[in-house]
Amino acid sequence: MHDIAAAFAAALRMIGELDAGLLGIVALSIKVSLAAVAIATLLGLPLGATVALSRFPGRRGVIVALNALMGLPPVVVGLFVYLMLSRAGPLGPLGLLFTPGAMIVAQAILITPIVAALTRQVLEDAWVEYQEQLLSLGAPPRRALWTLLWDTRFSLVTVVLAGFGRAAAEVGAVIMVGGNIDGVTRVMTTAIALETSKGDLPLALGLGLILMTLVLAANAAAYALKEAAQRRFG
Amino acid sequence: MHAGVSLLPLVLDRVSYAVNGTALIHELNLTLSAGSRTVILGPNGAGKSLALRLCHGLLKPTAGRVRWAGAFTGDPMRRQAMVFQRPVMLRRSALANVAYGLKLAGMGRTERTDRARSMLDRVGLLGLADRPARSMSGGEQQRVALARAWALQPVVLFLDEPTASLDPAASRAVEAIIQAIHEAGTKIVMTTHNLGQARRLADEILFLDRGRLVERTAANRFFSAPATPEARAFLREESL
Amino acid sequence: MKLTLRFLLAAAAMTAMLILPAQAQDRFIVVSSTTSTQDSGLFGHILPLFKARSGIDVRVVAQGTGQALDTGRRGDADVVFVHDKAAEEKFVADGFGSERREVMYNDFILVGPKSDPAKVAGSKDIVASFTNIARANAPFASRGDKSGTHAAELRLWREAGVDVEKNRGTWYRELGQGMGPTLNTAAAMNAYVLADRGTWLSFKNRADLAIAIEGDRRLFNQYGVMLVNPTRHAHVKKDLGMAFIDWLTSPEGQKTIADYKISGEQLFFPNFRKSGT
Repeated sequence: MHDIAAAFAAALRMIGELDAGLLGIVALSIKVSLAAVAIATLLGLPLGATVALSRFPGRRGVIVALNALMGLPPVVVGLFVYLMLSRAGPLGPLGLLFTPGAMIVAQAILITPIVAALTRQVLEDAWVEYQEQLLSLGAPPRRALWTLLWDTRFSLVTVVLAGFGRAAAEVGAVIMVGGNIDGVTRVMTTAIALETSKGDLPLALGLGLILMTLVLAANAAAYALKEAAQRRFG
Repeated sequence: MHAGVSLLPLVLDRVSYAVNGTALIHELNLTLSAGSRTVILGPNGAGKSLALRLCHGLLKPTAGRVRWAGAFTGDPMRRQAMVFQRPVMLRRSALANVAYGLKLAGMGRTERTDRARSMLDRVGLLGLADRPARSMSGGEQQRVALARAWALQPVVLFLDEPTASLDPAASRAVEAIIQAIHEAGTKIVMTTHNLGQARRLADEILFLDRGRLVERTAANRFFSAPATPEARAFLREESL
Repeated sequence: MKLTLRFLLAAAAMTAMLILPAQAQDRFIVVSSTTSTQDSGLFGHILPLFKARSGIDVRVVAQGTGQALDTGRRGDADVVFVHDKAAEEKFVADGFGSERREVMYNDFILVGPKSDPAKVAGSKDIVASFTNIARANAPFASRGDKSGTHAAELRLWREAGVDVEKNRGTWYRELGQGMGPTLNTAAAMNAYVLADRGTWLSFKNRADLAIAIEGDRRLFNQYGVMLVNPTRHAHVKKDLGMAFIDWLTSPEGQKTIADYKISGEQLFFPNFRKSGT
């Protein structure tokens, strides 16, 4: 109980002081996860759409695989990316290990299946409702896809947010490929891990509170946006 | 008025439709010509909705052929439209919904906005043009769907139980619109469970039973003196 | 198909832009070191001075000793700075490191519950105390993570003639974690634990633990720094890495290390001797 009260105090103090180190860590966390979710959306959305709307042999296997990959353990992804990016590994010459770039790669790998699988679900459900009417109105397949994407835009935003939340919350991948280097690859989750390992639990918890507030704020903003847009467009 | 009048007559030549080996439509032979309002009746599972979708082209027959008039060479889907039992509204305004089909047909922005507004006016919804379509009542949505279909100036309009989900007042409004569309020159092909509606709207009845076309007669003769035992049984059931 | 191709190219371009570092021409080196060194706060004290002196950014990746040496073997670091003399000498002998210099030492301490069930507090003989702990079946938390601290601990058990493998899971608990988490667990279990003084001084979650034994020469923990062999890994920043190593072993660097204090106590004792170590 005392630790929790101390955590709130620590969190408020850090925010009040606008501690430069904290700001740097928060900024990096947002930058890394945002970049990762951008890449994941770029790859996962079309993938999910293709699986949702096309029929091909092995389709059901792909759906099961995508759903299963949503549960990829971050530490396993971290290990895999580490081995790939290490100088002793195939992509060593890129010099990405222990840089934010490696963290973005790892998180992108982690969330692409989430974006793809959830997009597939959203679009497949919508397709069931829309398919006949769109065909009847004369929409060619690609046009129908764009219409579907636009009509499901609110659900898709939620999907992207889910991806962002997962990325911002994970520590297993980024700590391994980033190295938690002070001022270079330290993000909120790895900072929390560090302070915990140093025994400074109130500080760790305080950082945790700040992290959760950020993710909450992002979700609240998206929800408000969705409400406003729904009132306008239905 | 409808440049593709040469689209009709539509001929179904021994059309069958089977799913997983089970035949749901058996060797349907029929010709649909311009002018008359055709209503398809039949008990549940008779295949009315399937027949409609086979005619429209949403489904491909597993045997037999669906042939539009010989002279027609374009995409038949573009000269027809269909309204479903539950209207599918896009997540945009009523006006944008009506304009959507016109946009697909390649119409320019000002022209399609004008056409969409005038169609909404003809179905009595011009005042709600900017309302989000998905937040409208069922009856209003179905009228938007009709406006959207009508805007395409279809040669044939298919309707699959268009008032089954609506209350009586909304149903009457929809029937009035269907009548107006008919009078403007579009061929109406409709299914319904509502015998009163069939009596009001049909010129001819196609009676289906278990995937087969069992009887085809002018509407008044069908209701007063059905020729086949299946039709007689159906009318007896429905009037209970 | 053509659209798909264009799309894939655009996606690849955007991904590359997001990921590849903005090729910062910062002068920096990567140093793999241990979590206990980082947790002690030493780097926070000495690195800013080194940066001001040389303009070189030192990026410390803190791992367990085993992993830190492995990082050096793979060529993912330019310099390795750990505290396991035997492992370091093997690292150089195997050709992964090109030079080893002793930099400083700190000491391990035995931390334990104030109630002292094994009656070892205040002893000057760490080996005898380990024997007593085993005999008393007193709870003991081990890092168990192949770190320098873990290696030192195992050496002491061997000297005490205790087979800890046999007792794993009973009074001897192997945790597979760094110093901080091990201390956390020991505090929760009220167990004895061998810790480095630096981590202990910064550790805030002490619960009922206190220092039981300190000062036995066998508890001294020697730190060595090595350049990763540039012959083996051509990309190693040899000049910048040597600049750091030279500074650490220079009079100025050594004094900076000695000046680092927690609560007025010096943590690390510089002991570089030019005569070759």
